[in-house]
Amino acid sequence: MDISNPSIKVEKVTVERGGYAALTDVSFEVEPNTMLGVIGPSGGGKSTLFEAVAGLLPISQGSIELLGSAAQPGGVAYVSQRDNINWNFPATALDVVMMGRFQNIGWFRQPGERDREFARICLDRVGLWNFRESLVTELSGGQRQRVGIARALAQEASVILLDEAFSGIDVGAQEGIIEILQACVAADRIALVSTHDLTNMSERFDKILCVNRSVRAYGAPDEVFIPDVLEDLYGSHTRELAHGHID
Amino acid sequence: MVEYLIGPFQYDFMTRALIVSVLVGITCPILGAYVITRGNAFLGDALSHSVVPGMVVAFMLGISPFFAAVPAGIVIALIMGALSRRTGLTEDTSIGIVFAGMFALGLVMLSKASGINVNIEDLLLGQVLGVTQTDVYISLGLTALVVTGLYTFHRQLVYTTHDSVGASVAGVRTSLVEYVLLALLALVIVIGIQAAGIALVMAMLITPAATAYLIARRFVGVMLLGAVIGVVSAVVGLYLSYHADLPSGPAMALVATLMFALAVVFRRGRGRPADVQE
Repeated sequence: MDISNPSIKVEKVTVERGGYAALTDVSFEVEPNTMLGVIGPSGGGKSTLFEAVAGLLPISQGSIELLGSAAQPGGVAYVSQRDNINWNFPATALDVVMMGRFQNIGWFRQPGERDREFARICLDRVGLWNFRESLVTELSGGQRQRVGIARALAQEASVILLDEAFSGIDVGAQEGIIEILQACVAADRIALVSTHDLTNMSERFDKILCVNRSVRAYGAPDEVFIPDVLEDLYGSHTRELAHGHID
Repeated sequence: MVEYLIGPFQYDFMTRALIVSVLVGITCPILGAYVITRGNAFLGDALSHSVVPGMVVAFMLGISPFFAAVPAGIVIALIMGALSRRTGLTEDTSIGIVFAGMFALGLVMLSKASGINVNIEDLLLGQVLGVTQTDVYISLGLTALVVTGLYTFHRQLVYTTHDSVGASVAGVRTSLVEYVLLALLALVIVIGIQAAGIALVMAMLITPAATAYLIARRFVGVMLLGAVIGVVSAVVGLYLSYHADLPSGPAMALVATLMFALAVVFRRGRGRPADVQE
């Protein structure tokens, strides 16, 4: 399927890590206003794909274009896996959102009134303005993810990557995060969300990309979320997932 | 009491020692705030021991230890950083290898070098009462360099310390930031060694910052309060060193440790633990 003006174009990408191909011949395109779910088994290359799209990993073959330019750091916003964040660091929710203004502020300037106002709007948009002075260590898992999304919004990036977005977060908080992301996507952004949680995939995502070292399937949820694809991804015991729910 | 406080400063060496103590008290904790929040205490300890060969070379050449220890410290810090990035070894293993090897080299050089007048105890435990006017000027210059570096890279350092991957994606050159931090750490340690010595500069680097971490909520508060605690520790330690004829390093370290113990006893709660679930 060709998109006339894709915002993300991944073409025949191979990425090597530690001497083996973590991803092979990966191709897909994403148009604006898309919420893309990326699923696959652990070690299947979801995080590698995100790092490649973010410009953090060199690709061995192929190309990745974001909004018509080669992927490079600064082009997207990234909400890290919780394990990658230093929770010992004493920062408030507002401090973290202000980090997103890094490129807009410049090296030798301090944040100005516009930056502070922008950060306020972003924190307000994820419903956490009242928690602006709370340390992120004091927030729940869902609130921390929302702070990460607010930081991504503050960065003014068109593409937001959320790696393992729902890890350790209860279903209610997950729905809150999905609603915020859907509002972002409606405002001409693209959200790529990797997850192990296969609950309500068809309601949450516009498209689903199935990755296990290569693209196993890509399309609308009802096209992808079928027994053969899930069995190919996770093995035969996951056929019941095709019904859209897991217990 | 007034004589106890003012009396020592009739001597020029005490004025010089006070200036250096204050500088050590400021620079160590503001850099130490990064060390404690990153879990880099071992790196700091290793770096302080690894500059010994550079200092011995300086003694042999008859120049201020700064001129050799500063570049040596920076090079060693960069080697430690590069080693942990480029080998499959864990970071603490790479650091430990460089730490032990360089310290051993320094001790061998010290035992074999002839014609140098260095008291190993002063080197290990610090002797701030012996600093020269040149040491004071160099300490002032290096302090200015450290403060300027931390101010210039503040937002990059903060972002990288909190979320290195997210910072990289946002366009922060995290490798450069890491090397800058290592170089600044080397500078601070060389400043601190004069007062606290190789063995105990760690106490000035991490203890005041850790004390501040227990009290202040935000990172900048940890840096500023840490500097206040560091200056108090260094200056009180200086008085103890003068009046009780103690090596300055242990005196300052004991004061810093006492303040930390008081903070542990009297601190208020610091919020929920980091791994809290919803």
